[in-house]
Amino acid sequence: MFSKYAVIALIATVTIFSSSILAAPVDTYVFKDKVTENRFNSLNKELRCPKCQNQNLADSNSPIAGDLRREVYDMLQAGKADMEIVDFMVSRYGEFVLYRPRVNSLTYILWYGPAGLLFIGAIVVVLILRRKPVKNAQKPLSTDQKDKLDQILKNK
Amino acid sequence: MGKLIRLIPLILFIALGAILFRGLSLNPTELPSALIGKKFPEFALTSVLSQSQIMTTADFKPGIKLVNVWGTWCPSCRYEHEYLNKLSKTNRFTIYGLNYDDEREDAAQWLTKLGNPYQFSAFDEEGKLSVNLGVYAAPETFVVDHSNIIRKRYAGPLTPEIWQSEFEPLITQIEADFLASTRHKGNQ
Repeated sequence: MFSKYAVIALIATVTIFSSSILAAPVDTYVFKDKVTENRFNSLNKELRCPKCQNQNLADSNSPIAGDLRREVYDMLQAGKADMEIVDFMVSRYGEFVLYRPRVNSLTYILWYGPAGLLFIGAIVVVLILRRKPVKNAQKPLSTDQKDKLDQILKNK
Repeated sequence: MGKLIRLIPLILFIALGAILFRGLSLNPTELPSALIGKKFPEFALTSVLSQSQIMTTADFKPGIKLVNVWGTWCPSCRYEHEYLNKLSKTNRFTIYGLNYDDEREDAAQWLTKLGNPYQFSAFDEEGKLSVNLGVYAAPETFVVDHSNIIRKRYAGPLTPEIWQSEFEPLITQIEADFLASTRHKGNQ
């Protein structure tokens, strides 16, 4: 009985470990310097895999992601600038491939929406705070009220 | 006025709910192609059936072209193949294959065994042309008009229903446009 569970546990462990090993794609690209390698890695993190839409190029195992990584590598080797590489991808796969969308008329809401909402919230808070003026407390008491107050204090 | 202000959060909530509910039924893989209206990218690739033959856009026959991306590793391509064979019998357009990320032998065997609907199949082992076309996965089908402009991209297997609703009207329209433009030139 015990050995049966042991076998299941072993299989589970092996499965978990092997899948985590398989999860990250392994490319053997050689770079001429550290800077290029860093650019390669950051581009692969910024570009979305068109096939597996919630993964970036660096994470995805799909064939298309592999092809696009090679494309990025080739363009880096050819001395292309990051912007050129991003433009290349966008002109083929659309704005969708960018994890950090560019600022244009289509993405204004995306970029400035949160700041705008914060601003509106601040205005609402200010309005609410100012609606109950503190003036009431500062208003001098009328003579009647003063007399009443004196009486109350005397009686104490 | 005070009542109306109190209703604002409810209205905002309902609007947001409606937008998010709409999002549930959208298909995230249906992306607009960035290449619609652009020229079909230039390529120089060998043909699947003949390693010595280099195919380019110059090998396209005049007229309307369908470019179908396929691979032997792709079950949906197998599924649509029969229908492609049927489509290839027409003379309204010619069909070209783009064999993506495949083994040449497997691809050639597939064509001899299942029939060959393509004028030729470009062998895109490294995915160069596929990347230039913005292909995500097979099968995908592009409609290319008389002047080599990409008019449509469809991702997914072709079926008679899809053809009738998505392709037939477009092909008819391209034919009409072309006829009109030649007549216009004739008048001048």
